[in-house]
Formats: sequence, C-alpha cells, structure tokens
Amino acid sequence: MPEATVILTAVLIQRALTRIAHEIAERNENAAEVVLVGIPLLGDHLATRLGKILSEIWGEPVPVGVLDVTLHRDDLDQRSAPEVHATDITFDISGKTVVLVDDVLYTGRTIRAAMDALNDFGRPRKIQLAVLIDRGHRELPIKADFVGKNVPTAHGERIALMLTETGVKEDEVVLVKKKI
Amino acid sequence: MDWRTADRRPQFPKVWNMSWNKKHLLDIESLTVEEINTVLDTARGFKAVGERAIKKVPALRGKTVINLFVEPSTRTRISFELAAQRLSADLVNFGVEASSFKKGETLKDTARNLEALNADMIIIRHSASGAPHFLSRVLNASVINAGDGAHEHPTQALLDLFTIREKKGRIAGLNVTILGDILYSRVARSNIWALTKLGAKVTLCGPATLVPKMFERMGCRVTYNVEEAIRDADIINLLRIQHERQRKAMFPSIGEYTQMFGLNKARLEKTRPDALIMHPGPINRGVEIDSEIADCSRSVILEQVTNGLAVRMAVLYLVNGGKNP
Repeated sequence: MPEATVILTAVLIQRALTRIAHEIAERNENAAEVVLVGIPLLGDHLATRLGKILSEIWGEPVPVGVLDVTLHRDDLDQRSAPEVHATDITFDISGKTVVLVDDVLYTGRTIRAAMDALNDFGRPRKIQLAVLIDRGHRELPIKADFVGKNVPTAHGERIALMLTETGVKEDEVVLVKKKI
Repeated sequence: MDWRTADRRPQFPKVWNMSWNKKHLLDIESLTVEEINTVLDTARGFKAVGERAIKKVPALRGKTVINLFVEPSTRTRISFELAAQRLSADLVNFGVEASSFKKGETLKDTARNLEALNADMIIIRHSASGAPHFLSRVLNASVINAGDGAHEHPTQALLDLFTIREKKGRIAGLNVTILGDILYSRVARSNIWALTKLGAKVTLCGPATLVPKMFERMGCRVTYNVEEAIRDADIINLLRIQHERQRKAMFPSIGEYTQMFGLNKARLEKTRPDALIMHPGPINRGVEIDSEIADCSRSVILEQVTNGLAVRMAVLYLVNGGKNP
C-alpha cells in the first residue's frame, strides 16, 4: 500500500479557508462586485464554504456558482469521455470580479478550461483564482491569487482532498507517495 | 484512512466511474445497464447547455460528422445536426437524393468515400436492418445508428428513457405501455430492450397483425385490449402507424384502427391521473392520438424533442472518447 502523509487537518483546512476569505475581502474593496465560482468535484464545495465566510465578513450574501469545465478540456481526444457535471451559474458575471475556486492547482489546464468556459456566461471584469493546495508543476502560465498551502510534490504523487460534503467523517488533505 | 474511496478528483482517470468505452452506438441490445445510465447522466449536463444563452461548447472542435441518411428523415437528422453543431463539430448532410445512390454506388463505397474525407463519425439511417453494424466493420470512423429498418433506433429509446426518468424520477418498476404498430417499429424494439434492461414492466398493445405474440420472448406482456393495456400504465407510448413500411394492409382501415386503438378522451379518463403520454413523432392527429390529447398537460411529446437533442449530444460526446471496436 502506498504511503500517505496528512498535509492539512480539518482545523487547518478551515483556518486556510478563513485566511483566503479575508485575503479576497482585502483585495476586493467593493463586495457587491465579487462572485465565487467553484469547479467540481470539490472546488464547488470549497466555494460554498468560502462564500459563507465572506458573507459574514461583508455582512451581505455573496453569489456562489458551479462551473463544469469538462467540455472545454484540451485532452478529450486522449482519453475516454470524462463525466459531465452540472453547471449552475444563476447570476450575471458580466462586469464582476469572478473568483474561481478549485481544490488543487497542478498543471493549470483545468483553470485554462475554466476561463474559456466562463466566457460563455459573460465578460467578467476580472478573474481571480483561489485554491486550497498549490502543488506546482504548471504546464501553462497560470498563477493562483489565493493559496491555502503550497505543497512541493513529485509527478507520480497525488493529493487527495476529503470533505465532509462528500460523505467522509472528517475534512483532510493527504499526500500519497509514489508506489515503489 | 479512506482516501482511496473518497478521492474522485479529475486528475486520476483510473478512479473515475464512467462506464463508456464504445466507439460506436449500434443498438440498445448490446448495451449494459451501466452504459445506458452513463448516457442518461451525461445527457443531463448537455440539456443544461441547451438552456444557456450561448448553447455551444468546444468538446468536438475540429471533428467532422456526416449525417448519412439513406432513408428520408427530418426530425432525427435535424436533431443530430444541431447536436453536432452545439459540440462545435463540422457536419455534412448526405441524403437519399444524393447522386451517388442514384448512380448505383454501394453503401460501402459511399461510406468509404466519406471516410476518405477524414470523417470522424458517421450517423446513418438506412432502410436495411444491420446497415450500421456493417459499416462499423468496414470503417475506422465511429458509427451511430439513427434507425435501421425495423431493427433499432437507439437514440430514440435513450431519449424516451431520459424523459421518463426526468418526469418520474425512476424507470425500474414503472408500467410502460407501447401502443400501435410494434411489428414494423424500430422505436418499439429499442424501447423494449432499454426498458426491460432497466427494470420497467412493458406491455404491448395494438392490432394482432402488428403485435405478434412472439414479442413476449423479449420479456413483454402482449394484450389486444386497449383499455386493459393502459389502465395501470405510468407511461403510454404511442407509435405512429407506418404506412410506408407496410407492404400490405395489416388492418382494415385507418378509421377502424382509430376506433379500436386510438387514444381519445374517454380512454384517457380511465387511466392513472399521472400517466404520461409519449410519442416519437411525427404524430398523426386524429389517428393514433386525439388532437386535444396531443396538446394536453400530460403529453410530453415536445419535451421528448428537447431531450432528444441533449441525448444525441451525449452520444456524440461519449463515442468520441470510445476506443474499442
């Protein structure tokens, strides 16, 4: 069995999200212009959590949407067709600052697809990126604006994020080492 | 630690739960329950795409799709055409009027010529049963069956299932009655395969000449009493009387058919109040269905059309990723 190391515990995940929310609030002066958009399968849950914290900071509700990027991926030809998830953006993003939320930033290709997909819903004034984990190994010129934790990794390793929303008992982020 | 079961993140395809690796969609008979459900789940995402202001996604950008309709069709052809376009594929229509058929070219040669133009997918409708299966053996392109003879019409069955599941929340355990011309109907055959695989109870009804008892071997109940057939139905699926496919008269007259088997207000009153009425179209108002009923709130005929587009997008998307023969 591969070796797994805990990177973030439930308390640390919550602390990181609270810090990211404060950083978003600090960077964006006008609360009315900010919307959060999470990328499934886990970014949408993180976006909902961030939205809750931000609403408390600002004292007004922050719109939270879900954006599935599957149909905008650049590797659809190289694999069997990946699962298509629901997209749910019920507000207008034109002229807004959209904060994309994802769990792990790796090659950057998901974020490229997300920026492409967002165009179909309007023209945001700005797009910012918030991720819980940045594990490096970018293949595109993409950088996160808000990062929960930087984790140096090797290519064969994987990062597994567990959130109570998906049915596990406790939040946790683990790094699974390469099999030898 | 249960990280293996909890981790479903997109970077790791091996833990994904997608059950589709077929290169072609030839029939329902050879599909597994998981594959059928994968199409239905995928179609849900595509239905939402059709409701957006910008109804186009780049999933099949650069792909060439050919609509090879060797038998006339308008709605299925247009549905596939829009499906391909909404996925950003390039599409060419090749119809029965095309000169090559009139000049005597064989289906195989026509299809290989189309493939020589680097077509990635060929959607075929043909009056001969098995024509798509034949093409799938001689071509490298993906082949999608848009109706072959009286054999199968898989996308119609899939869109019917999608509509039922959306409306009723499930398929297993439902009573589905298919009423009309079963013998000549590829829609009926595909629906019977699909519904029985997913656990619905299928009843067939119509004139004895068009609903032979042999269909009981496909796991259906056959009855010739229309009132009894529709009394406990959750779904009533009406099929068109296909004049063009009948070589000789299978019932005395259209008027008699309407009187014996047509769905009218009096018959509808004796069904469950939540029974839905479906029809693959085009409907013959006043023949198999009363005009009034076709437009009533229990009719989901137009929703079937909307769902058909989403299901066909899902099929094109899934076969594009399929690799095995």
